[in-house]
Amino acid sequence: MKILVCISHVPDTTSKINFTEDDTKFDTNGVQFVINPNDEFGLTRAMWFKEKQGAHLTVVNVGGPETEPTLRKALAIGADAAIRVNTVATDGFSVAKQLAKVVTDGGYDLVIAGRESIDYNGGMVPGMIAGLTDANFVNNCIGLEVDGTTATAIREIDGGKETVSTSLPLVIGGQKGLVDESDLRIPNMRGIMMARQKPLTVADPAEANQETSSVKFEKPAPKGAVKLVSEDNLDELINLLHNEAKVI
Amino acid sequence: MSVLVYTESDQGTFKKGALEVASYAKAVADQLDTTVTAVSINAGDTSALGTYGVDKVLNVSNDALKAFNAKIYADVIRQAAEKENAQVVVVSSSADSKYLAPLLAVGLNAGYATNVIEAPSSTSPFTVKRNAFTNKAFEVSQINTDVKIVGVSSNAFGLVETGGNASAEDFSPAIAESSVTVESVDKATDKVTIADADIVVSGGRGLKGPENWGMVEELADVLGAATACSKPVSDLGWRPHSEHVGQTGKPVASNLYIAIGISGAIQHLAGVNASKVKVVINTDAEAPFFKAADYGVVGDAFTVVPKLIEKLKAFKAQQ
Repeated sequence: MKILVCISHVPDTTSKINFTEDDTKFDTNGVQFVINPNDEFGLTRAMWFKEKQGAHLTVVNVGGPETEPTLRKALAIGADAAIRVNTVATDGFSVAKQLAKVVTDGGYDLVIAGRESIDYNGGMVPGMIAGLTDANFVNNCIGLEVDGTTATAIREIDGGKETVSTSLPLVIGGQKGLVDESDLRIPNMRGIMMARQKPLTVADPAEANQETSSVKFEKPAPKGAVKLVSEDNLDELINLLHNEAKVI
Repeated sequence: MSVLVYTESDQGTFKKGALEVASYAKAVADQLDTTVTAVSINAGDTSALGTYGVDKVLNVSNDALKAFNAKIYADVIRQAAEKENAQVVVVSSSADSKYLAPLLAVGLNAGYATNVIEAPSSTSPFTVKRNAFTNKAFEVSQINTDVKIVGVSSNAFGLVETGGNASAEDFSPAIAESSVTVESVDKATDKVTIADADIVVSGGRGLKGPENWGMVEELADVLGAATACSKPVSDLGWRPHSEHVGQTGKPVASNLYIAIGISGAIQHLAGVNASKVKVVINTDAEAPFFKAADYGVVGDAFTVVPKLIEKLKAFKAQQ
């Protein structure tokens, strides 16, 4: 089985979110970048397939050279090879088109991407890859087993979960639950050394339009201070929620 | 030309999100000086949609569509969009709509903006404002394609009654093939889901154990709210993973979010910050959640919550 795990290079959750160039660009100054958490769960599940079922595991990112350390980290965790599609990731649809080309060219059986990135929160790339490559697709995936060319997946739905049966080629929109958080791996020194020898291919981008474009960013207005209510005066809390906030 | 809205139903009844996206579609249609067509699948009575601005409903009734299937549903909506020559397609942020919309975008070759929180600020170029950076910023985004798909963030636009009537028309699209088959569904049918809820009551590790969740559920019952929990609580197995809200759990965008015994780690706050009003109940006055909340009670949940339940019951009885 050939697995492709799509890795988004995102600011760490604790990063300060600021913008530059007249609020049109994300300010990367002083920001630590990490593997998108939803992708990391997928990568870890893919490692299980590699170790238990002998799968070959490639990771891919669409982005400039500055994203290579994130791909190297995925190689250090255990991926066999990495591909960087050398173009600026502008919007979900064009990123999906770049990735679909990688999937078709490489003949991957299973593609795992996070259900969404924690920066732009588009949540569309996995489904679009499936649509563009005519593969089966399961989103919000919290469990995945593959046996030959058949697969069983668990999808989180509003208010519960459902189990689906499907077959390869398959695209997964993964999230926490694919593996436990305690199963996530920190690269060790041997992995980091080995990652230096593993192939990181820089691929030329396919032609793509920009279906959506970012005009500018805004930050939310600063929040007012919390209104504290004494635990002996909960009628006041109800009054505030009813008359001031109008939510009950 | 028209605006098409996918109005999602569950067991024949429209989800609240369906009425909200209908309201949104009406606002877009007014800007474009056109009409709203809804497509609904096995929905039963569709008259409610007229109240929220829908002019025409395409009713699809087909036993092959009983179980949700993203690919097949997306293909039904694509056919409706093409039949209506829709310029804009509006969908909700439910798990199912977010599942099918990317496939629909490929089918229609349409740019798709998710988590949109306001009516378009301009229709030429088509410009919308959306949540990004996990609720830490807004992105103003332009959709450049001929057909545009807008995914509306839950509870962001609200319900707008226009008091009209919708005409209904049977629609029999071709049914696509899919190799994804639902084998079993595990879902609590008697509970409000986090996605559909106006109010979410959420418990954290401060509640000390799963045996203490009775009061969280009772408070949720009184308010007609959904229950949720923090990440440590689902990791410890006190509550099911489907209740976990936060960055790696379910996103919450309710009108009111009540956090009980949750300190407010940055990952948790990121996932719930889209809620309009946040109340925190915590013994620790230094808990970071107090900085993110609108209202707070510093006190022991085990005394505050039962008191609050009694007072809310009295309040509800008066209403």
